[in-house]
Amino acid sequence: MNVVIIDYKGGNVQSVRFALERLGVHATLTSDKELIQKADKVIFPGEGEANSAMRQLKADGLDQVIPTLKQPFMGICLGMQLLCRHSEENDTPMLNIIPLDVKRFQTDLKVPHMGWNNIYNLNNPVMQGLNEKDYVYFVHSYFVPVSEYTIATADYPEPFSAAVQYKNFYAMQFHTEKSSTTGTKILKNFLDL
Amino acid sequence: MLTKRIIPCLDIKNGRTVKGVMFENIRDAGDPVALGAEYAKQGADELVFLDITATNEGRKTFASLVRDIARHIDIPFTVGGGISTIPDVELLLHEGADKVSVNSSALKYPSLVEELAKRFGSQCITVAIDTKLTQQGWKVFSRAGTVETEWDTLSWAKEVANLGAGEILLTSMSNDGTKSGFALDITGDVSRQVSIPVIASGGAGTKEHFSEVFVKANADAALAASIFHFGEVPIPELKDYLASQHLPIRL
Repeated sequence: MNVVIIDYKGGNVQSVRFALERLGVHATLTSDKELIQKADKVIFPGEGEANSAMRQLKADGLDQVIPTLKQPFMGICLGMQLLCRHSEENDTPMLNIIPLDVKRFQTDLKVPHMGWNNIYNLNNPVMQGLNEKDYVYFVHSYFVPVSEYTIATADYPEPFSAAVQYKNFYAMQFHTEKSSTTGTKILKNFLDL
Repeated sequence: MLTKRIIPCLDIKNGRTVKGVMFENIRDAGDPVALGAEYAKQGADELVFLDITATNEGRKTFASLVRDIARHIDIPFTVGGGISTIPDVELLLHEGADKVSVNSSALKYPSLVEELAKRFGSQCITVAIDTKLTQQGWKVFSRAGTVETEWDTLSWAKEVANLGAGEILLTSMSNDGTKSGFALDITGDVSRQVSIPVIASGGAGTKEHFSEVFVKANADAALAASIFHFGEVPIPELKDYLASQHLPIRL
């Protein structure tokens, strides 16, 4: 299987590569459009700030390519948010694939929402084999609200989308690659799609 | 519900784990990758690796160790020790670290915190603060706790939060190595008055100390070293105990 991780200088891409390696899958790290288009599976990690990430994607021409992809695609963390329409983070227009907007947490709780939290209302093949309320690792200050596309929910303190699916785009707010055995199951389910 | 994090800290010198008691008397406790993987298996929520090597050669060894850790461990980890420039941070994140912690360099150039947060995102920038109770109250110390700064601890904590730090690792030098419990007063003050997560460190000796720092000082996470390395407080037992105290814990 030909798995590609999109490299757009977006932080911790190695961790995703290593997580796949632990599953016996060698993934290619690239920003090459053709390699991305030809891949069987595409993973889009992300850390950092929305505006600079969008700028980098545009510089590499990836903002034109990603929306046209048809294979199973997984966005992680900022990679989830970038797939949406707009983010409150520096008022940034995003890739506009998933018709949802990214909001900042307005809460008395600490922001970033950092650490292990449980996910529930799991209703998707990529969540297969998980138990309701399993724990995954989050680090984020912005979130995608619950919608008809939500496939896993978490609370901080209000419910938000821990994961969404829209067509072939699967998007995880938490770090699947850093979520111990639970994250590994999700990655494996995605590779098995 | 977001859980309280239990974080073992591994001090690294020349690729090996060591632990200083009161920043002295270092004892060898093994291979960092093996130890880290074992902690992950036992239920540690995160790991911290602190490079206490002073030489350039040692730093290179540490960067390749970071890659090894990322390759084998499936929970988040923070690296720190002697990080002072944007390229330092870039290298360690590139090798697979999830977060970096800065300490003395942030005290020397507070704008570094802002630059790092802008460049890499707040989520991966931890500011480590070493604090000690002096006659002038809780003061911040730099250079591995050897130099007293002008900063009062609460003011510095608020300052780094404003500069964009994603988290504070607060170590009480007055408690470190004593096994008599965390510094509840200053940890509580910082945790309640800054809007970012706070990791309490220094002084853990028993399970009850962890429960105390979560309940009384509102810490978001607690870090310890030797009591984990030498099996005095096993992590599974600690987490079961905390869950029995009705604290939100990942089991």
